[in-house]
Amino acid sequence: MNNKIIKEETKKTNTMEFEGRGLNFKVELLNQRKLCNTISGVDIQEVDDFVLNTGLSEREDLDIPTHSEPEVIRHFTRLSQKNYSIDTGFYPLGSCTMKYNPRVNELVARLPGFSNIHPLQDESTVQGALELMYELQNWLKELSGLDAVSLNPAAGAHGEYAGIRTIKQAHLKKENTPRKYIIIPDSAHGTNPATAVSCGYDIIMAKTTNEGYCDLAEIEEIILKHGKEIAGIMLTNPNTSGKFEKDIIKIADLIHSIGAYFYCDGANFNAIVGNIKPADLGIDVMHFNLHKTFSTPHGGGGPGCGPIAVCNKLKPYLPVPFADFKNGKYELIRETNDTIGQLKNFYGQFALMVRALSYMLSNGKNGLSQVSKDAVLSANYIQKSLEEHYHLAYSGHCMHECLFTDKKQKASGITTVDIAKSLVEYGFHPMTMYFPLTVSGAMLIEPTETETKETIDKFIETLIFIADKVEHGDIEEIKSFPISTPKRRLNETEAARNPILTWYQIPN
Amino acid sequence: MRYLPLSNKDRQDMLERIGVSDVKDLFIDAPEGLFGKNFDLPDNKSEQEVISYLSNIAKKNQPANDSAFFLGAGCYRHFIPATVDHLVQRAEFLTSYTPYQPEISQGTLAVIFEYQSMICSLTGMDVSNASLYDGATSLVEAVLMAKRVNKKKKNIVVANELNSQYLDVLQTYLQEETIHKSCDTDDICAIIVQTPDYYGTPHNLTKYKEICDKKGALLIVVNTEIISFGLLPAPKEADIVVGEAQSLGVAMNFGGPHLGYFACKEKYVRQMPGRICGLTKDEEGKDGFVLTLNAREQHIRRQKATSNICSNQGLNMVAFTIHLALLGRNGLKRLAKLNHHLANILKETLANNEKIKVINKSFFNEFVIELPIKADLFLEKMLQKNIMAGVKVADNRVLIAVTEMNSQIDIENYNKAIDEIL
Repeated sequence: MNNKIIKEETKKTNTMEFEGRGLNFKVELLNQRKLCNTISGVDIQEVDDFVLNTGLSEREDLDIPTHSEPEVIRHFTRLSQKNYSIDTGFYPLGSCTMKYNPRVNELVARLPGFSNIHPLQDESTVQGALELMYELQNWLKELSGLDAVSLNPAAGAHGEYAGIRTIKQAHLKKENTPRKYIIIPDSAHGTNPATAVSCGYDIIMAKTTNEGYCDLAEIEEIILKHGKEIAGIMLTNPNTSGKFEKDIIKIADLIHSIGAYFYCDGANFNAIVGNIKPADLGIDVMHFNLHKTFSTPHGGGGPGCGPIAVCNKLKPYLPVPFADFKNGKYELIRETNDTIGQLKNFYGQFALMVRALSYMLSNGKNGLSQVSKDAVLSANYIQKSLEEHYHLAYSGHCMHECLFTDKKQKASGITTVDIAKSLVEYGFHPMTMYFPLTVSGAMLIEPTETETKETIDKFIETLIFIADKVEHGDIEEIKSFPISTPKRRLNETEAARNPILTWYQIPN
Repeated sequence: MRYLPLSNKDRQDMLERIGVSDVKDLFIDAPEGLFGKNFDLPDNKSEQEVISYLSNIAKKNQPANDSAFFLGAGCYRHFIPATVDHLVQRAEFLTSYTPYQPEISQGTLAVIFEYQSMICSLTGMDVSNASLYDGATSLVEAVLMAKRVNKKKKNIVVANELNSQYLDVLQTYLQEETIHKSCDTDDICAIIVQTPDYYGTPHNLTKYKEICDKKGALLIVVNTEIISFGLLPAPKEADIVVGEAQSLGVAMNFGGPHLGYFACKEKYVRQMPGRICGLTKDEEGKDGFVLTLNAREQHIRRQKATSNICSNQGLNMVAFTIHLALLGRNGLKRLAKLNHHLANILKETLANNEKIKVINKSFFNEFVIELPIKADLFLEKMLQKNIMAGVKVADNRVLIAVTEMNSQIDIENYNKAIDEIL
């Protein structure tokens, strides 16, 4: 029925243009909406005796659509209604940790004492901001067990870059060579190899075993072959197959035996936060995704925040600036002898630091320990409940995410993308698709700790329902999903073949 | 714990289904003795306690509105209409992920498309990405892109006064490679020109364009005050335009998060880093948006990706787009004129003061003064009078920014204070 209505709507009726149907509002782009005659959606004083003192002629060709304030409100409100969000439903994206975003974090980040201060104000006027940074550094030191923290990196991948650069700097200072290789497991996030190459390294891929762990024997072999040409390893723990790397201490020992460093991608830190200290595992440097583990909103693609923590051996190379406390006052250390330097404007994603600390304070050590326990419990509960219906990539318990594949459904012509689009149809955001690359048709599910058992049960039931539909041969229907969304399946190939990236490029 | 909805009964039921007696048994792969460590951290606080605790820390800062405020240098205080923050806090924008599932992310995708269009209009470029971390890292990405596009050429030239933060960050990324200050050599990969430059002076780009054409170099233009595009000509001569768009929709936030923008000529689109949104059709032939040209990205190309960037500044990009939509063409022009006008008033007043010297001949909303005393001492004395007077850019020089947030009285008091101090 719904499908039919949408189809009718798209048949251009020659009687009148509708404003949509019911609550399915029509949305046009800003430049397609009728432009209003008011001067602007913001009242701004007009300058009468204007004198141009720019040394250049005044611009004439500015082309920005003009609307009133209510029109702008309506436009963006309607657009927002075309988005799925964590506040509207379950968002089990593996390795992305889409947990609930507390609103108190938003409130405190907007206190004028935090939001309305300039990074180049006199240090005496921003003692609170520096105190907050210092305290956050201490929380991250304690949670990681590492010795020093820089809050400078702007996002997870930026943190990776910072971490690998400190390793490079350490080798340069001690051995006059950065060394040549970084070992990266084949299950790693794509940012890991991209980061290592950005830092000037060659990659050696390490295989994943049939059980979903990093292959210790292969790492031994790589080390035997390349020895001190290896600068370090980039390992995600728990890894992207949902496993805690059980040989992690042996891997760390091997890496350290050749004077190389152990980098941990902290994307999956939520699985162990408040229960296990990464430093105890032999990790020398790691980044945190504050937006994941510590609940700052993902905002449809950012901003993120990716501080790094390092052991004492790497401390001299930390990016600047970072906060310190000396002689009764807080200060920014802007320069150290051996630092890799500064990685972004000013100091880091400060407003996200406020949110993250707010979350940490709200949870406390007892809460954070419960966070990882509940996240792991929920993932294992999903794994166990679905293992008869979907092919489980690796047997045994998982950490905070579980990994299935489309192997059981594939013979019917149904693949991961169809299962994902069916979930969309039934009101859920899909899991992470086709990642990790180590298994074909991967479906990586991460529930996090903030979902009720009822929601998780409903999600499980829905996936079982979809699996049953496949078994009963309802293939055509599944292939047609989603049908209840503002748009049906979109042609991504055409978008890339013939890019239309601005409203100026839209053909008439 | 108020964010954790599972009851002990739920936990017990779930453990039973899994077939273990204790949640510890799920951490079986963790090395023995390393699970359940004690942490030297406080217990949880209630929402009321968190607000009170963090408010007390915030009170130790002096926000811009509590003084006469003239700081800029790449981070600006502008008025943000209430509508912007209201809309940005709509959960569907705030708590959503990168729009990987386009059918349920058309809101964010449409905003990105509008943002890309507006950035192209402002900069005179053909294509834009969906934002980068900030202005400095956008410049880094522009330089790395120029090196990919213009492989045969080697040197990077910074032709004029580049924001010192940007220079530091660029140096970090270029590592041992040196940045050149002159165009003397023929072997130039790219020339970087900031306009208005770090000291506030707008530049005509014609001569830089001519050098680039002659030497086969790419022209990278940097702008840190995007409102200036309401008054200054679009830098159409450039191959790549990058900078900071914090001025619209985004608070100063003690330096972050801000909003890096990146736009370029169409022929370089497949070398452009970061996310891009494109228009396409759905199964029924209806227009819709998707993230596109993903083959450049780390999640597809891994070590062959154009950059390692994964996230961008989605929410700040939304705030920018809303703010600019509210302003529209006329509003942005008026805002730019008002900024220039107020800066002009202060500049005229100071130019008549014999104790100091105004360095700039031209400017948009920032200019430099030279003092008979050390800049540090000057700023300290001004602060004692509750005036945050600017940013030190040399031993005895201070960079002053004026925006629509500065009242006429602030401006008059600035000059009076100088007379009392010097």
